[in-house]
Amino acid sequence: MQMIRAMLIPRRLIMLGLFAAFVVWCAVTLDWSWLPRYAPLALQGLWLTIWLLVVTLVLGFTLAVPLGLAQAIGPWYLAAPARAFCTVIRGTPLLLQIWLLYYGLGSLFPQFPWIRNSDLWPYLRQAWPYAVLSLTLSYAGYEGEVMRGAFASVQKGQIEAARAFGMPRHKIFFRVWLPQAIRGALPTLGGETILQLKATPLVATITIVELYAVAGRVRQDTFIIYEPLLLLAAAYLVIAGVITLGFRWIEGRGPRMSR
Amino acid sequence: MEQTLELLSLSPPGWGANLLRGLAASIQIALGAFGFGLIIGFFGAMGKLYGSPWVRDLLEVYTTVVRAVPELVLILILYYVGTDLINQAAGALGRGPVEISGIAAGIWVLGIVQGAYATEILRGAIRAIPPGQTEAARAYGMPRGLMARRVTIPAMTAFAIPGLANLWLIATKDTALLAVVGFSELTLETRQAAQTTRAYFTFFLAAGFLYLMVTLFSGVIFGRIEKWARRGQPSHRG
Amino acid sequence: MNLKTTLAAGAATLAFMTGAAMAETVKIGIAAEPYPPFARPDSAGNWTGWEVEIAGAICAAAELECVITPTAWDGIIPSLMGEQIDAIMASMSITEDRAKQIDFSDYYYKTPAVIVTAAGSDIEPTPEGLTGKILGVQASTTHQAYAQKYFGDVVAELRVYQTQDEANQDLYSGRIDAVQADSIAMADFVESDIGDCCTIVGAVKDDPAILGQGVGAGVRKGDDALREKLNEGIAKILADGTHDEITAKYFSAPIYQK
Repeated sequence: MQMIRAMLIPRRLIMLGLFAAFVVWCAVTLDWSWLPRYAPLALQGLWLTIWLLVVTLVLGFTLAVPLGLAQAIGPWYLAAPARAFCTVIRGTPLLLQIWLLYYGLGSLFPQFPWIRNSDLWPYLRQAWPYAVLSLTLSYAGYEGEVMRGAFASVQKGQIEAARAFGMPRHKIFFRVWLPQAIRGALPTLGGETILQLKATPLVATITIVELYAVAGRVRQDTFIIYEPLLLLAAAYLVIAGVITLGFRWIEGRGPRMSR
Repeated sequence: MEQTLELLSLSPPGWGANLLRGLAASIQIALGAFGFGLIIGFFGAMGKLYGSPWVRDLLEVYTTVVRAVPELVLILILYYVGTDLINQAAGALGRGPVEISGIAAGIWVLGIVQGAYATEILRGAIRAIPPGQTEAARAYGMPRGLMARRVTIPAMTAFAIPGLANLWLIATKDTALLAVVGFSELTLETRQAAQTTRAYFTFFLAAGFLYLMVTLFSGVIFGRIEKWARRGQPSHRG
Repeated sequence: MNLKTTLAAGAATLAFMTGAAMAETVKIGIAAEPYPPFARPDSAGNWTGWEVEIAGAICAAAELECVITPTAWDGIIPSLMGEQIDAIMASMSITEDRAKQIDFSDYYYKTPAVIVTAAGSDIEPTPEGLTGKILGVQASTTHQAYAQKYFGDVVAELRVYQTQDEANQDLYSGRIDAVQADSIAMADFVESDIGDCCTIVGAVKDDPAILGQGVGAGVRKGDDALREKLNEGIAKILADGTHDEITAKYFSAPIYQK
């Protein structure tokens, strides 16, 4: 592959060698005694991070498509709320949104005692529904804006040709418009996926024990400062690398865009 | 309703003044981090475009790592590394441990994160300048510094503004993350007020409103800046 | 002769300056998260509370110039070790685990750990009583260690919160069934406006190895000078009644046990 060939020039080999030496030095001199004890918890945290990422990506994107469409071609009574939603989500910090949903809603529960007897109560008690909801809404807010631009940038001629062929509207949307919009937005979507990965640690503040929370637990129990953080950063780098490679593979698969 | 207004009032026992103080701290940190990030980004972009291959590779590592690792993790690492470095330097000079204010630490940490993004934005903006302009400047024998001042920077600004406007918004929202490490800014003040008065909804909505105002106001200002930067260039509307 | 006088004057000035530099301020770290009634910010941003006042009294008695420095609770020991603060007075119990990293002064209060539940529940503060329930504790506290050891296997879920207040809020919302925390902090919570929701059902069985031997001030390992000064201050305020005076302002019963 091109990337491997790019790595094999002398300059890069020296840098890789230095990096490998640094890793070995870290492995030998730094304090890793906590690893065996916390490995199961760390794996659980990793799984939870990936689960949160995938679920909120799918749900968020499903919500983003109508949001983008409403802003691109919708009547004013659909476009305006969609635009307002995206503006509010993108204009306020995610941490604030998470706390508003979790603690703000939580403070309302005692005022409505019938909630405790409803079927939803077991879910309202736990933290992950709020994490999924806030991360989904956040992703939808940002991607709604991206999809709006993507829908607007698909060549009008394609839609006109499809209509000239007599395709019903939903077929035009699912066969022509949406796939082309997604293909055009893929590079941006790849970047936004990485941003969503970077947003997952924030749910540690509402008691979800994902990867960042595990590192925090290790630091608080053992008072070790750097080692858990370094390993945590390395873990996120690896996940981000996998995501980037995945998106590059997807981009390579489709037909070349004719520009 | 009156209770809500009372809680938000500007004089004690209302918490409004606390929130505004937090907002001022947030904006200070955001401005400092944005400026620091711009300086890093400028030298980073120069390095990536005109530097030696070693410099280019090192900068690539910097931007990749910073853009892939979550800000919370970076904030923690940079905070401890930064304070360690400063204390060691102070120790070597024979002075006692230096006290670092929360604002300074926040600017240092967020600035490094912003610098990575700014490097990419400025690099893209400089590459977008029609090459004929720089070629003409060099053909006239302009020294490099003069060319940077008269040609590169003004031309690059128009291309950089949308990305930088986005980056500024990221800076203002990232200051909220500093609440997780205990620096006093708007989100932390909001949480303290909400925890002390139990009026969670009120204060979080008020904080959201304040952030939204900053966002909308910044959008207007950056729109004006972009219009000024694009003056004299052919408009896309034709 | 002139040279000698100048040198002597210079040496004297230097000695004087070094001596004057000894009276530097001591940064007392308290938790940046409110922990009523021990420490809470008022709407002007000033920190008040029993522990803040006791810290002031100890410093006055020990003739130290102290500055209250709010620090995030989960980074407070690293802040001490990194010299951003000089002492910790944040209701930190003296435990063996912590004593491996930092030194402690004598304790200045000691209170039991209690379980708090929603009013009208039948939960008991024992492993049997908590079976199948959701228990909340604050991170990095003796309560977390105790709950993990004694209740970890029987509870449905042990939720760990960054601040005590978040745990209290979730108890009020009904998301968790019980909270284990310090008796005084919980008494303050139960007496507050939203505390009507909840009652204290009793103290847990004591385990001094985990729950600690009282709350003391934390200092860096080897910082014996400051530790001795703080011990002097603590002894003085216990002897001359300042401790009782401040306690009477906040609580109806004394909270220092021998």
